[in-house]
Amino acid sequence: MAPPFEGIGAAVRRKEDLRFVSGHGHYTDDINRPGQLHAVIRRSDRPHARIRSIDTAAAAAAPGVVAIYTAADLANIGGLPCGWQVNSKDGSPMVEPKHPVLAEGKVRHVGDPIAVVIAETRQQARDAAELLAIDLEDLPAVATIADALKPGAALVHDAAAGNVCYDWHIGEAGPVDAAFAAAAHRVRLDLVNNRLVPNAMEPRVALGDYDRSTGDYTLYTTSQNPHVIRLLMGAFVLSLPEHKLRVVAPDVGGGFGSKIYHYAEEAIVTWAAGRLARPVKWTADRSESFMSDAHGRDHVSTAELALDRDGRFLALRVSTLANMGAYLSTFAPAVPTYLYATLLAGVYTTPAIYAEVKAVFTNTVPVDAYRGAGRPEAAFLLERLVDVAAAETGIDRVELRRRNFIPRDAFPYQTPVAVQYDSGDYFATLEAAMKHADWAGFPARRAAAAARGRLRGIGMSTYLEACGVAPSKLAGMLGARAGLYEVANIRVHPTGSVTVFTGAHSHGQGHETTFAQLVAEQLGVPVAQVDVVHGDTAKIPFGMGTYGSRSLVVGGSAMVRAMDKIIAKGKKIAAHLMEADVGDVEFKDGRFTVAGTDKSKALGEIALTAYVPHNYPDDLEPGLDETAFYDPKNFTFPGGCHICEVEIDRDTGVVQVVNFAAVDDVGRVVNPMIVEGQVQGGLAQGIGQALLENAVYDADGQLVSGSFMDYTMPRADNLPNFTVATENTMCTHNPLGSKGCGEVGAIGSPPAVVNAVVDALRDFGVRHIDMPATPAKIWAIIAAGQPKMAAE
Amino acid sequence: MYEFAYQKPASVADAVKLLADPEAKPLAGGMTLIPVLKQRLNKPSMVVDLARLGLAGITVANGTVTIGAMTTHRTVAQSAEVKRAIPALAALAAGIGDPAVRYRGTIGGSLANNDPTADYPAAVLALGATVRTDRRTIPADQFFQGMFATALEAGEIITAVAFPVPEAAAYVKFPNPASRYAMVGVFVARGPAGVRVAVTGAGQGGVFRHTGFEQALAKSWSAAALEGVATPADDLNSDIHGSAAYRAHLVGVMAKRAVAAAG
Repeated sequence: MAPPFEGIGAAVRRKEDLRFVSGHGHYTDDINRPGQLHAVIRRSDRPHARIRSIDTAAAAAAPGVVAIYTAADLANIGGLPCGWQVNSKDGSPMVEPKHPVLAEGKVRHVGDPIAVVIAETRQQARDAAELLAIDLEDLPAVATIADALKPGAALVHDAAAGNVCYDWHIGEAGPVDAAFAAAAHRVRLDLVNNRLVPNAMEPRVALGDYDRSTGDYTLYTTSQNPHVIRLLMGAFVLSLPEHKLRVVAPDVGGGFGSKIYHYAEEAIVTWAAGRLARPVKWTADRSESFMSDAHGRDHVSTAELALDRDGRFLALRVSTLANMGAYLSTFAPAVPTYLYATLLAGVYTTPAIYAEVKAVFTNTVPVDAYRGAGRPEAAFLLERLVDVAAAETGIDRVELRRRNFIPRDAFPYQTPVAVQYDSGDYFATLEAAMKHADWAGFPARRAAAAARGRLRGIGMSTYLEACGVAPSKLAGMLGARAGLYEVANIRVHPTGSVTVFTGAHSHGQGHETTFAQLVAEQLGVPVAQVDVVHGDTAKIPFGMGTYGSRSLVVGGSAMVRAMDKIIAKGKKIAAHLMEADVGDVEFKDGRFTVAGTDKSKALGEIALTAYVPHNYPDDLEPGLDETAFYDPKNFTFPGGCHICEVEIDRDTGVVQVVNFAAVDDVGRVVNPMIVEGQVQGGLAQGIGQALLENAVYDADGQLVSGSFMDYTMPRADNLPNFTVATENTMCTHNPLGSKGCGEVGAIGSPPAVVNAVVDALRDFGVRHIDMPATPAKIWAIIAAGQPKMAAE
Repeated sequence: MYEFAYQKPASVADAVKLLADPEAKPLAGGMTLIPVLKQRLNKPSMVVDLARLGLAGITVANGTVTIGAMTTHRTVAQSAEVKRAIPALAALAAGIGDPAVRYRGTIGGSLANNDPTADYPAAVLALGATVRTDRRTIPADQFFQGMFATALEAGEIITAVAFPVPEAAAYVKFPNPASRYAMVGVFVARGPAGVRVAVTGAGQGGVFRHTGFEQALAKSWSAAALEGVATPADDLNSDIHGSAAYRAHLVGVMAKRAVAAAG
């Protein structure tokens, strides 16, 4: 009987799940080291204040306290580095104020760390932290973009005049202005992309360890990219060379971007472990996560679209204000620029695009990439704008999209905003989604709902995004301070089992399964005989980690290249053993054969020969262990069509998502079950953004939605059963043809949901609703609309 | 948590003695107290666990449902007797929090805490129930005295709650989207105590009776009777989830739905 197919395209069950669902996962907080101390951070409860004094005497005398550190103790360590430089229109570099590990002189947001107390137990550290006498002199704070940009507004950083970090642009204004002047239709929309708190299930943890006998440091941390943390913290903050610093990110319970960045606590525990020669552990509680994990989104934009008489898009003009928070988080400057404005062509042939982006400091938690990072903001803006354009030109919204889609035969397609799409078929995803959603049957369902007293609406988004960051050379030109390749080491063991060492990091994505399937496909080794190692800089080669849906498309491509080398070397060994010419040796399904003969050797036999090289080619190194670095040639461009159908309770304003169909083009699918899971998770987060989630600061800079009592996380009963499908075109420039699937759900869904809500309310004179579309907001519209309806 | 002493007395009398210490806190199901302690928002000298006082249990006799203070929400929700006598009460209990909360949380704990967004206060007030304590009985109309405030004296322990069986009753709530506590919960009842309507969640002062609705429903027990009857927004909460005007509107919507459900 043939073994079950486990290669590319097989819905292999996730190898990691037995561990996760049976409580055998091994997370950072599960790690405890002998002699371990506990760190508790005392954070600012004020949005903006001068630190007059910190009296540590009472805290230092408290039971169990080993050390208390403030900025004064960290004089020799650097600030947290920013990994991306964006230049303003005039060529000047962004304003990049120091991001101290502990607040120096001022606190700039609620949650800003001021001091760390280290004690024998966590309880003792907490007790002592309350005894710190910190004298703060309140300063005026700016909590919102609008407040920060008011003339005479309080400055978050003295160096950033007007609180502006950078004032950047892309595209050419001239042709856009000319197109607008000549256009038959002009449509304008002001919109907000609401601020979100990532809320991974596992809060952040950092545990620093130091070996006095060797001088070796180890940091165990909840990270999506341990090598990046080692580089940033070692080189920029603590001045530790790589060979003396090991960073381990074991099982990680969700990241969504928030665990990409290098955080203060990582540096604190590593530094303190060295100073005290004892391990030091810090574990966030949920309240702390709300005010110390980087937030997401937070854009205020104006978008304008020029159309000709037939509805063809002539030009797009966008002006966006992006909230950076109080400091620049690791990749923050790139999010509203190169991950956002470069996607403003979307799936459309708009020939002229100009976008301006002003990044603004505020007295809030730093903002950085969160699932989708820039692309959800672009998709929301475009897909809302297209719906408004359809309403105002009287052209059907599906027809308007079709008229402007990039044609199937136009690829590769060069956009006016720098990027070049390699492949796509937006008609195919549209048609499939409309079929799955029964778009044609909607009017009947709307009428039936109306008969039940409910308002029913349908909305779509035909979105596009960019994944697989990124070609290093291009990224470097755009300001990245790192390369963005990925690495894989494939180790074929003497008896033919395989260990994959990858620079990518799994924090829910299922790499242990997907990557094993790549090995099954290419080397013919059963999934059960493949293990995937990630997350430990002492084990894996230097790789960049997981974010931006890059693991398969960049990390998987590196694996393909490494396995190419394994096969090439194996052929030489096989040729020697079978006394054939290398050129005549073929490899398929785990066996080396000689063309035209019945000679054959299994991969395991070749591996054993490689490690026991008694009968072996003279000029060949022993061993079967190959590494490849893969630098992508381009981004990948997943896209698709999401269709959402909602019903609104007109008495309460509650929006219920009753149907959701997502048809995505993610390129080659390795494991369809995992892809569906990824899309479903993304949809949950996208629907969460559209209807539920909102990080709200009050005018004074306090985070009002600072707990789950007020921050509305999506729950199972907020979500319908999803219809998830793919209509794939292959990526043309990576060896797998894959495009990435991790973020499509969160990118495509918010505009589909809001378009559906606006459609449901079309009789109430509604043009746009900012997210989240809460019951209170919807009810206010209905309540205001009723008299008008009655009068009509 | 801060450190505290812990006692689990075996009689109500012993519990009352321990609670004579003004810094001591009684622990029922702990669904509010434990999170508060974990957030260090309270620093009791002692936690007095009421679990061993024999206060759990349900009896139905002479037109009264009597529920022991330590009876969990799940027990009330699952009770065949409660479902038969006051189905609205069983349904209310089935809708409190989540399964974990319902397995631990108790009716006595909920009432003593009198969270302005809790469900039980609406039932007690609308059904005209009587709260029994270690030393007296307190009518519902006197028990609730504002947000987190009750008629209970220091150290006084609720032992049971006695509900007169109504002719018709229902509870409908609009959950806060984030916390799922009642943003507006309305309990309507018609029975021995007359027509009574209690509103939880919405009011700044906690649960209150809606006399306008009561008068309208006394004339005509129908959802239509509530049409046009105002709910003043002046004393209602306003926050990021909704204005006072929205809450006032929801009070009317939930009340109509409750009357319709009560039949």
